[in-house]
Amino acid sequence: MDITRRRLLVLMPAAAVAWKYVLAGTPEASPNYRLTEHWWGMLMDITKCIGCGSCVRACAEENDVPDGYYRTWVERYHVDDWKIERPEVEAPDGGKHGYLHERDEGGKNFFVPKLCNHCAESPCTQVCPVGATFIAPDGVVLVDKNYCLGCRYCIQACPYGCRFLNPKTNTAEKCTLCYHRITKGLTTACCEVCPTGARQLADLKNPKDPIHEFLRTHSVQILKPQMATGAKVFYNGMDGSVR
Amino acid sequence: MNLFKDTEHLIRLAVVIVLALIAFVVLRTALVPRSFGQYGHYRGDAIAEIAARPVAFAGHQTCEACHTDVVDLKKQGKHVVVACEACHGALAKHADDPGSVQPKKLDTAVVCARCHEANSAKPSGFPQVVTADHSGGLACDTCHQPHRPKIETEGKK
Repeated sequence: MDITRRRLLVLMPAAAVAWKYVLAGTPEASPNYRLTEHWWGMLMDITKCIGCGSCVRACAEENDVPDGYYRTWVERYHVDDWKIERPEVEAPDGGKHGYLHERDEGGKNFFVPKLCNHCAESPCTQVCPVGATFIAPDGVVLVDKNYCLGCRYCIQACPYGCRFLNPKTNTAEKCTLCYHRITKGLTTACCEVCPTGARQLADLKNPKDPIHEFLRTHSVQILKPQMATGAKVFYNGMDGSVR
Repeated sequence: MNLFKDTEHLIRLAVVIVLALIAFVVLRTALVPRSFGQYGHYRGDAIAEIAARPVAFAGHQTCEACHTDVVDLKKQGKHVVVACEACHGALAKHADDPGSVQPKKLDTAVVCARCHEANSAKPSGFPQVVTADHSGGLACDTCHQPHRPKIETEGKK
């Protein structure tokens, strides 16, 4: 086959695309877990949360989270009558020890468990100057602690306050959605210990996951939808006062 | 054929540029991890490294494989939905080596109160007590069996 100038111009982009796949190599190292077959999120049922703090304690133990820092935490909201724009929010020690002291001040009171929303359009990964934080192909937002400079740009970019600088490693840290567990077929530590089922790990790519039926039949919200972050933590029964 | 007066200058400049380019390519190859760019603008190997972390909570399926008696007991009460490690704590080490790592004895006055201490923020249907009035500091397992907490009527044991 003669390589004419015309043929070469056609072949070059095709070769470039093929080379990209050669460079990518084999996509998955572990045989049982396929990155492209999952899209992880979580379902939070506020109507079931009892504020026991089991999730916060389990997360700290599972992931070696330093004292005073939280990858997940439970907030207690108090809304006085019509003042839904001015809720009183407390989370002493991240709600780690449960809410043992009643503050019955009337009004509306409820718990809101929070964690990284594993946004599909996450602001935190977009601002990282070195490619240390990223959205994995299965939708989990992770931090490469060997690459992180500790510049804190991502911490201020997260609209949900889900990141912190680990004082021991001086690198940014956040919820990994228990990546070391979900890739082994287990649920996250927080979902494992939640006694009321207020938290459910959800695989949005799995058509058999009960989340699809739940989302279809319930009024579900995400946090700060106006920021278009593509948050994948869905809240059922969430009050409009939640920030 | 001598288009330019000082061709050597241009050749020298070209050599410098080529050497700088080679140095850049060599340095870049040496410094950028091989897996960088495998899936996107990050180190692809980081995914496997994060996934390699050991597990602390074994998961209730692991517990239930051995403790079938507790499973049967829990099935009779409302605590059937509560995973073992929600109260007993992370016990993957115990699951790996049941002989040498034993779970701690729990203080029910603390453990039960975390969930059942009354609070107006809890769902109204959830069983709650003000522990100080309910038991006066007495451990909950004095009356309640934690795996099947409902107290049976007298005579039935």
